[in-house]
Amino acid sequence: MAMLEVKDLVVRYGAIEALHGVSLSVERGQIVTLIGSNGAGKTTTLRAISGLVRAAAGSITFEGRPIANQPPHRILRQGLVQSPEGRGIFANMTVAENLDLGAFARDDKAGIASDREKSLSLFPRLRERLSQNAGTLSGGEQQMLAMARALLARPKLLLLDEPSLGLAPQVVQTIFQIIREINAAGTTILLVEQNAHMALSISHFGYVLEVGRIAMADKASTLEASDEVRKAYLGVG
Amino acid sequence: MTKFLQTLMDGMAVGSLYALIALGYTMVYGILKFINFAHSDIFVLGAWISFTVASMLGWAAADAHAPVWAGPLVLLTAMAACGLVGFTVERLAYKPLRRAPRLNVLITAIGVSLFLQNFGQLPFVFGAQPQRMPSLVADRVLASFSGVQVRLVDVIGAGSAVALMVALEWLVFHSKMGRAMRAVSYSTSVASLMGINVDRVISFTFVLGSALAAAAGFLYAMKYPGLNQPAHTTWVLLGLKAFVAAVIGGIGNIRGAMLGGFLIGGIELFGAAYLSPQLRDVYVFALLILVLLVKPTGLVGKAVVEKV
Repeated sequence: MAMLEVKDLVVRYGAIEALHGVSLSVERGQIVTLIGSNGAGKTTTLRAISGLVRAAAGSITFEGRPIANQPPHRILRQGLVQSPEGRGIFANMTVAENLDLGAFARDDKAGIASDREKSLSLFPRLRERLSQNAGTLSGGEQQMLAMARALLARPKLLLLDEPSLGLAPQVVQTIFQIIREINAAGTTILLVEQNAHMALSISHFGYVLEVGRIAMADKASTLEASDEVRKAYLGVG
Repeated sequence: MTKFLQTLMDGMAVGSLYALIALGYTMVYGILKFINFAHSDIFVLGAWISFTVASMLGWAAADAHAPVWAGPLVLLTAMAACGLVGFTVERLAYKPLRRAPRLNVLITAIGVSLFLQNFGQLPFVFGAQPQRMPSLVADRVLASFSGVQVRLVDVIGAGSAVALMVALEWLVFHSKMGRAMRAVSYSTSVASLMGINVDRVISFTFVLGSALAAAAGFLYAMKYPGLNQPAHTTWVLLGLKAFVAAVIGGIGNIRGAMLGGFLIGGIELFGAAYLSPQLRDVYVFALLILVLLVKPTGLVGKAVVEKV
């Protein structure tokens, strides 16, 4: 059975229906990506999974337990952690405080300390900036902080919303390399991206979301090679 | 010189009370982005619960001598009771409106305020008569230099207020709960993604703000024992000035609220002593207008860039 199972998910913002029945699943140990253009509903899907918006219909199952419409803090405690769109770092707090907030739901001091060490060795730039205000970091550093902070919650499944947004190509390379490393260390990842090429290149499986509906679902390598995806999202042809 | 020092002391004593009340306004605004107009009524409630507890324990009688622990006991009871009221008000009145437009919450707050004022005047609650708060602290002059008298009640009052503010400062900037409060104030959705139970943080903020307002109510009753009935306009004005203190300091900013409180107290009493005592409210609101004209975000507040 898949680690995360989303079935016929419907989300409405007032009178507007943003998702018209999205179904997807994430297998344990994989990187699964959800690509699609602006406004397709990628972020809404992640927000519904994390409990930030209500699911009007459909089901969300994580490790066999239904989690739809539970409060976000309870979903996090089951090991489903999201690094949100726009990074959502606390700009008025220091880097160290941001990391501490990542571990907010835990009380195993020794475990937090060792995870913090691991996160900082994954993102060495953050170590030099621990006492700096997070708002003064560069875009790339903020993205690193958002990911390091999410790792401190000890995710089984990590949801990443547009980690490449607004970053220089070189930084994007680094970020995607680190996403691979996080996955190799045993964390399952659901990645939402507009940068379809990069996302598909590191993923096992992919979904294409078009205006609130899953249009295609296949192995990432197959999607990357398909004409439709190449035309619509990879700017080829 | 004597007059100056005396005014300075009085100004700081009153200012510390404004600061305690302003903290509740500013903390709730920081987290929920609305002005809790019922907050000043919690302050009134604190004063009246202090009186009720003290008279129930027999310390209001003319020949009564309250023991040393009477003050702390009454203070803590008032803080606990008002904390509970703050919690209940949030749960019953504000929580159901979490996703409603802010204007609805604001109007609800005014409703809660009117309810608390008038409920308090019912005969089986506090009644509609003014009362006299018994003195729980011996009225003693501790020291006297060049005509300025340092009175025990003032020292205890200012000392408790400052102690509470130091404790709050520690709580907000150095404890886990404080970090959660600051996270929720920055963004409720991101805070909830950190595993923070946002509703619990909001409840905690209301309890904390209400307890501080209750402490201000107790200290106010100790300094000015003639207690007006709960719906009397003097209370409304006091609450309004504390709100002004929060705005002058920069609404949402804890240190700003403390600064604003002392500033308002100082301006009010210096104006009253050196210019005209009839215009004491005018100085406060004139300062508000000045600050709003020159630095609308408040003295410590920062301009907030709305996210696009």
